[in-house]
Amino acid sequence: MQFTSSSIGRKVFMAITGQSMVLFAVIHLLGNSSIFGWLNGGINAYAEHLHSLPLPFIIGFRLVMLAMVCIHIWFGIQLTIENRGGRPQQYAVKSTQKATFASENMIWTGALIGIFLLYHLAHFTFQVINPETAALKHLVPLHNEMVPNVLGMVVSGFSNFLVSFIYAGAMVVLFLHLSHGIQSFFQTMGWSCDRSQPIIVKLGSLVALVIFLGYVTIPLTIFAGILKG
Amino acid sequence: MILDGKCPTGPIEQTWDKHRFDLKLVNPANKRKYNVIVVGTGLAGGAAAASLGELGYNVQAFCYQDSPRRAHSIAAQGGINAAKNYPNDGDSIYRLFYDTIKGGDFRAREADVWRLSQVSNNIIDQCVAQGVPFARDYAGYLDNRSFGGAQVSRTFYARGQTGQQLLLGAYSALSRQIKLGTVKMYNRREMLDLVVVDGVAKGITVRNLLTGELESYAADAVCLATGGYVNVFYLSTNAMGCSVTANWKAHKKGAFFANPCYTQIHPTCIPQAGDYQSKLTLMSESLRNDGRCWVPKRKEDCGKHPNEVPEEDRDYYLERKYPSFGNLAPRDIASRAAKEQCDDGRGVGPGGRGVYLDFATSIKRVGADTIKERYGNLFEMYEKITDEDGYKRPMRMYPAPHYSMGGLWVDYNLMSNIPGLFVLGEANFSVHGANRLGASALMQGLADGYFVIPYTIGGYLAGVKPGVVKTDNPEFKKSADEVDAYNNKLLDINGNKTVFEFMRELGGLMWENCGMARTKESLELNLKKIPALREEFWKNVKVSGKGADLNQQLENAGRTADFLEFAELMCRDAYHRNESCGGHFRSEYQDEGEAQRDDVNYCYVGAWEYKGDKKEPELHKEPLKFDNVHLAVRSYK
Amino acid sequence: MSDHKTMTLTLIVWRQKGPKDPGKFETYTAKGITEHHSFLEMLDCVNEDLIYAGKEPIVFDHDCREGICGMCSQVINGAAHGGQDRTTVCQLHMRKFKDGDTIYIEPWRARAFPIIKDLIVDRSALDTIVQAGAYVSCHTGGVPDGNAILIPKPAADEAMDAAECVGCGACVAGCPNGAAMLFTGAKVSQFAVIPQGQAEAATRVKDLVDAMTSCGFGNCTNHYECQVACPKGINVKFIARMNREFIKAQFA
Ligand SMILES: Cc1cc2nc3c(=O)[nH]c(=O)nc-3n(C[C@H](O)[C@H](O)[C@H](O)COP(=O)(O)OP(=O)(O)OC[C@H]3O[C@@H](n4cnc5c(N)ncnc54)[C@H](O)[C@@H]3O)c2cc1C
Ligand code: HEM
Ligand code: SF4
Ligand code: FES
Repeated sequence: MQFTSSSIGRKVFMAITGQSMVLFAVIHLLGNSSIFGWLNGGINAYAEHLHSLPLPFIIGFRLVMLAMVCIHIWFGIQLTIENRGGRPQQYAVKSTQKATFASENMIWTGALIGIFLLYHLAHFTFQVINPETAALKHLVPLHNEMVPNVLGMVVSGFSNFLVSFIYAGAMVVLFLHLSHGIQSFFQTMGWSCDRSQPIIVKLGSLVALVIFLGYVTIPLTIFAGILKG
Repeated sequence: MILDGKCPTGPIEQTWDKHRFDLKLVNPANKRKYNVIVVGTGLAGGAAAASLGELGYNVQAFCYQDSPRRAHSIAAQGGINAAKNYPNDGDSIYRLFYDTIKGGDFRAREADVWRLSQVSNNIIDQCVAQGVPFARDYAGYLDNRSFGGAQVSRTFYARGQTGQQLLLGAYSALSRQIKLGTVKMYNRREMLDLVVVDGVAKGITVRNLLTGELESYAADAVCLATGGYVNVFYLSTNAMGCSVTANWKAHKKGAFFANPCYTQIHPTCIPQAGDYQSKLTLMSESLRNDGRCWVPKRKEDCGKHPNEVPEEDRDYYLERKYPSFGNLAPRDIASRAAKEQCDDGRGVGPGGRGVYLDFATSIKRVGADTIKERYGNLFEMYEKITDEDGYKRPMRMYPAPHYSMGGLWVDYNLMSNIPGLFVLGEANFSVHGANRLGASALMQGLADGYFVIPYTIGGYLAGVKPGVVKTDNPEFKKSADEVDAYNNKLLDINGNKTVFEFMRELGGLMWENCGMARTKESLELNLKKIPALREEFWKNVKVSGKGADLNQQLENAGRTADFLEFAELMCRDAYHRNESCGGHFRSEYQDEGEAQRDDVNYCYVGAWEYKGDKKEPELHKEPLKFDNVHLAVRSYK
Repeated sequence: MSDHKTMTLTLIVWRQKGPKDPGKFETYTAKGITEHHSFLEMLDCVNEDLIYAGKEPIVFDHDCREGICGMCSQVINGAAHGGQDRTTVCQLHMRKFKDGDTIYIEPWRARAFPIIKDLIVDRSALDTIVQAGAYVSCHTGGVPDGNAILIPKPAADEAMDAAECVGCGACVAGCPNGAAMLFTGAKVSQFAVIPQGQAEAATRVKDLVDAMTSCGFGNCTNHYECQVACPKGINVKFIARMNREFIKAQFA
């Protein structure tokens, strides 16, 4: 049987793609946190830094991320459909002990993240949701150069309750997904034993929480008016 | 008729090697033309089916459970003997041989026992190669413990689940052959008849337990490895499905039943709690290595919490009576001693049927952790059943039926008196005489399956033309029709007592009158009561459901009907044997509680021939000769 | 221990005439049950009443009744084997219930375990997995001395931890996906930790996982419900071990 059709093989794909996305999410968060000013020039400098990377690298990176997302979604849907059929009839009394809301709803939290991802890309990457604040159209000076005003776009975006709410909500969903997903990665890759496993479960949730808090502070501080453009 | 076991002669050390050389061989290219049926997939049957399949025979294997892995061998806890002498404490093949003959109270054949002792070492090697996780020491060597009745440490074990691990080893070997296509496995099939064509065993009739259909299978040889019959006592340590049925059906087709009265009562089982109880649970005898048996010296103390009975008021009766063996006295002796204490009114627990097994001394000596390491799962099991903590208060124990030394008569080749019918493991009578030593049944099952039958069946098949009889032979239809009629008869009675009730009643009669101790009178009583109970059964049993369906009532009814016939034979055998030996204790024949053998009149194997319904069975004798171990009084004082 | 108290319980039991019958719940009353009855003995009593009443007794798998054969298989109030830690149904005692309790009794439910009748299911898929290679391909006879292969105690103990599996299938029944990862993981690990298992390690894990996938079991989503259901306390570390062995085998 092919690795890609076997039960564990497909799980390994899920785990590697998922964990790579987690890694991306962490780096993305670190980059985004430049909005709090630890980088000279703030988030605008960070964005400019990214854009000045060689084009083939940027395209390559985006294609890899796209492939990851596609593989993750494809196998996620496939495995979930199979698993729903794994027990065709439920028990009259539900008495799960270790399964959690998060572990039981990975497909739904995943789907919401997927939708959010599209929104997020349309909002900040392609900048088609609020074209009037698009950073690409509002250049500001930075170190003797004119660069897109990412800060302005983000701040004006998050000053809107609905937008902030969507982002915060999405982060709750991401937290759920990762609270199960991160520890799951270690089990799926076989990198756990009886002593480490319970610790990994806790650490996984902790990392998910940190990611959640990290991301959610941005819209929150902006909406609350603490962080200004 | 005087039976001949066809044992090889000459110096005992050479008997098996010489015999193996003398056996005819089947040409390897011809092996796959031979069909062999193996009924039972316990240690004996599982090992046999796997080994025969590997040799190239076409094997069909059967069991009544849903998987071969569930045979009752799985329940054995304590361990398996072998004469490896790894601890360098004086063991040898000769000593294992000697101990087994003596332990069996001189009622087994020397040649068979020698062979068993000789191949015991191969068994350990085989199991290790299969990956059986035997206990190891920190250097990585195999660990041994000592086990009831032996003064050397020759018992290999896998935590408290030795039988399980050995069976899983045999099951894995069997699974490999199933995958390779040399063995075809038939689960959930119960053998209900042996098909004999022109005096030769040629097949079986089985009931498919899922559909109720009767199926016929033909072969050039039939091996029965269907386990023991102590469920005749109803409450025993056997599984609910263990029965005498396969053996009994073969017996009714002509196979002699040898020594049915030799049954073993295991000293350390959890006492019965109520009359709804369906089975008794054994606590491994290995517990006696660290536990001390006692009862209060005074009757008044029996109701007290055991920890409140001071040391000086306790009677460590085994240590008192058998100073050299103490708590490790052989099973029959330990069981009877427990019964004596309870009969004396000093038993503890419900109904006063129990003795204490106390670990306090050992816990003080080696620590609770070590005890837990050794027996953790047993303590857990005890707590689940009784709700009591064995670390804090002594366990309560009582003897329970456990093992049947008797079984179908076989010669040295494990072939019964019906040509082509081989009998393996607990189902035969061969090596344990009147009493089996601890950790020897697993050894026997695997010896028969891995290292005896693969040779001896070849010796038989070499002289048989393969595939001559097929299921279109009229004997198969006749057999199936008879089984069908029998089942319909059971279903049609529609009386008003359930099968369980009959089984409970029969079990009660057997335990009371043909159990740990028997007398002429008690046996006479049973010989009257059992036929009456049987008659009532056939008039008044209630079996619901249909024949052509999954019907557990019908399965149980069939097994019970066979027990009702077999029980009478068992009592008859016990009645005829006017001596006490091993597990057969006739109260009339004792010397202050010690069994009194009568070697002048009873040094033989008693094999019974079925003569027909309502006819007395006929006794055949196979005299036993002891050339290597001197007949001696078995004393453990 | 008070032997005199008895309990009356309401049982809601899955009854299904055969593999094709849709099946339904039926309600029964269990009377005169003491705390010392085992769960199966309680069902025996109910069955006796059913037989007297001329009704078909409830069929259920069982054999050893001491927690080792792995035959018994019932889901009680949603928990495989009744939810007591490290306990099979046959070892479960009625002292865990209270007078007046309502108890739901169902068969294992999983796609790979079709129901045969009432509480009996077909678990032959587990045998199929074993047949795929859960063994050392040694021959009868012709093997080295038992002490020729040294196995450090920790490895022997770990193999034993995995080998304790009784093949009951509760892990599958407890798994919301009907996956057999704990069972298969235990089998793979048992051989992966000892020297005898090394020669065939790579093919074994691949063959077992393939068999598991084709038998219709679901996939693991790391809920760890299997470990909760397992009467032998088989740890999910063996699943991790199998995953590791499986990945390793791709490069072998
Ligand atoms: C609780 C307990 C603990 C024990 N502990 C030890 C110990 O520590 N050491 C030791 O040496 N011995 C021990 N013994 C004894 C030993 O386990 C058994 O004697 C031995 O395992 C029997 O093996 P077997 O292969 O002959 O039969 P079993 O393992 O009983 O197998 C019988 C097989 O026959 C099949 N079968 C039966 N009837 C039919 C039928 N009519 N149709 C189709 N199939 C049928 C069954 O399905 C099963 O597969 C113990 C026994 C018990 C009960
Ligand atoms: C885009 C839409 C997404 C969908 C539809 C989706 C769906 C799923 C599903 C169904 C699972 C399997 C659940 C399981 O096996 O327990 C899963 C696991 C996982 N997901 Fe996602 N997910 C998505 C996005 C993400 C994102 C953005 C990340 C990271 C930031 C992520 C990280 C993970 C991780 C780490 C796992 C665990 C893998 C494993 O089981 O070992 N997912 N996802
Ligand atoms: S792993 Fe546990 S639950 Fe699963 S089959 Fe084995 S013993 Fe049963
Ligand atoms: S009946 Fe054997 S494990 Fe429950």
